[in-house]
Amino acid sequence: MRLLNLFKIAFKAIVLNKIRTLLTMLGIIIGVAAVIAMLAIGEGSKQSIRSTISSMGSNMITIRPGEDDRGPARGSGGDVQTLTYKDYEEIKGKTTLLNYITPVVNGSGQVINGANNWPSTIFGVNPEYLDIKVVGLQSGSMFTDAEVQAASKVVLLGQTVVDNVFPDGEDPIGKLVRFNSIPFKVIGVLEEKGENTFGQDQDDVVIAPFSTVQKRILAIDYLNQIMASATSEDDAPEAVTQVTEILRSRHKLLDNENDDFTVRSMEELISTFSSTSEMLTVLLVAVAGISLLIGGIGIMNIMYVSVKERTKEIGLRMAVGGKGSDILMQFLIEAILISITGGLIGVTLGLGSTIFIEKFLHWPTSVAMYSIIISFAVCAVTGIFFGWYPAKKAAALDPITALRYE
Amino acid sequence: MNKDIIKIENLKREFTMGNEIVHALKGISFTISEGEFVTIMGSSGSGKSTMLNILGCLDQPTSGLYQIDGVSVKDLNRNQLATIRNEKIGFIFQSYNLLARTSALENVELPLLYNSKVSTDERKERAFKALEMVGLGDRMDHTPSQLSGGQQQRVAIARSLVNNPVMILADEATGNLDTRTSYEIMSLFQELNEKGITITFVTHEPDIATFSSRTIVLKDGNIIKDYLNKDIQSAATELASLPVEDH
Ligand SMILES: Nc1ncnc2c1ncn2[C@@H]1O[C@H](COP(=O)(O)OP(=O)(O)O)[C@@H](O)[C@H]1O
Ligand SMILES: [Mg+2]
Repeated sequence: MRLLNLFKIAFKAIVLNKIRTLLTMLGIIIGVAAVIAMLAIGEGSKQSIRSTISSMGSNMITIRPGEDDRGPARGSGGDVQTLTYKDYEEIKGKTTLLNYITPVVNGSGQVINGANNWPSTIFGVNPEYLDIKVVGLQSGSMFTDAEVQAASKVVLLGQTVVDNVFPDGEDPIGKLVRFNSIPFKVIGVLEEKGENTFGQDQDDVVIAPFSTVQKRILAIDYLNQIMASATSEDDAPEAVTQVTEILRSRHKLLDNENDDFTVRSMEELISTFSSTSEMLTVLLVAVAGISLLIGGIGIMNIMYVSVKERTKEIGLRMAVGGKGSDILMQFLIEAILISITGGLIGVTLGLGSTIFIEKFLHWPTSVAMYSIIISFAVCAVTGIFFGWYPAKKAAALDPITALRYE
Repeated sequence: MNKDIIKIENLKREFTMGNEIVHALKGISFTISEGEFVTIMGSSGSGKSTMLNILGCLDQPTSGLYQIDGVSVKDLNRNQLATIRNEKIGFIFQSYNLLARTSALENVELPLLYNSKVSTDERKERAFKALEMVGLGDRMDHTPSQLSGGQQQRVAIARSLVNNPVMILADEATGNLDTRTSYEIMSLFQELNEKGITITFVTHEPDIATFSSRTIVLKDGNIIKDYLNKDIQSAATELASLPVEDH
């Protein structure tokens, strides 16, 4: 039996049974497309969270007041006042693993320029802040240590603030703005960063010397936070340990007492978020896996029924000289053609919907090659197996039994 | 004497139905020589189909000898049997058994698709010739649903002829057809027989048997009569003498 003839026979059978073919393919198409799209969403959000966090400075270490309460969605330390400028000085003096370090105080208020005002958050920091956050300037310059010392009334604005308090597009450098009625001279504009994964506008900030914000605006004597930058990403975990030790001894904590502060490296933050998004991916994969399973069962059903209902045809083919192997090959080729065509359509649809999701829903996506291969393989194998198995049983029948089948 | 196409000796076929054993064929023997036109008669349940299925290598006897064209069927494996069915036998069914939604030509081509010795061009050509032989040269693109019962059976006959078999086996090939169409089909069989094709034709209608050269009568799995027909009727003549229907 020539293979070409078998291909002809199989192709003919597929064309003759358009509806059945379509139904079989539908299971494959949906299964494959679902897996690809779901994994693309999962993978995409994971990557986007990662890149957002690392763009915030991957060596960054944050020290907050209060006990560690884990979880990404925590406030800025709230009213806990266990962190002081002395702590900052102590760490700065003793650490060997930090490049940069800055005290941080922050508060919210109105930025006012004449008739324009805009609610924003002001961060009081020292000049090293820019190095820690890996953020540059669009224009102007950073304040100096001397200006921090002198509690100078100078600010740097984020782009969102500039857009709102200088709506006419004039250059803000050198202009005076008020923050909660205190006049500040604008000396710089921060580089645009856009929204982060959590939808926060990173450009809606005002930065001023630490001392100015602490004394003149907030009138507090504690710190909201200390930010630092480890000498390298690899040193970050050790830097966390070191800082913890320095602070514990300064706070005179006994061995059985918990930390009254929290030290976290970016790496830790990344893994916290990654595990969250990994869970999301697992969930999505589970959903996709179920649709693949249902698709597989659909293929199984239709293939099984189609072989059953064609038992008489199989009998006739054997009666006119078709060998068992010919019958088997015919159904195998049919199953392969259907599965592969369905798989290819599924891949196309999966990629298409991924692009759609990215373009119109603005969800980050990233198509994983393995998702294409796995889903395609699972569907093809299911299709081929369930086309082959009943066909093998039919091909083993006596011609007369197959012919008599109703 | 012509050579033997079929030779069976003490052929038995038993079916097991639960605890019960049905003896469908109880040990029958006969030979059919090349060029014969044999009708197998008998009432329903007498074992005609069972016997023909064995002759057509669609089924296997429980015991006994069966030789086709000098080859003992018992010694053949499934693939060799398929080749015998493909090359030596043309089988015609009562219910035509054509592939639905498939043109007459493609239906006739089917046996040749399973014959690797035949090229594509030759296949088309031979299928077309076979259709012409049964008078359907102008209907080769029609699918079964576009053909009458008689025409469908002609397609089935063309299919049985296309591989130049040594014999044609027909199981109540006219059973679903009216008298006129039956006679047309019988006339076609007579023509084919005149060309030298051996035909074994199962029927339970006595008038059909008068068109054959020999009749074997079965009853309860035994041969009760086996006689040569001295007065063979011509189906074409009988057809002409049928009252003309007006519709
Ligand atoms: N597959 C089978 N299983 C059980 N019994 C069968 C089978 N085929 C035929 N028979 C029995 O064998 C006998 C002969 O049947 P069959 O050859 O079909 O008769 P005919 O064709 O002469 O009407 C009947 O009693 C029938 O019930
Ligand atoms: Mg019968």
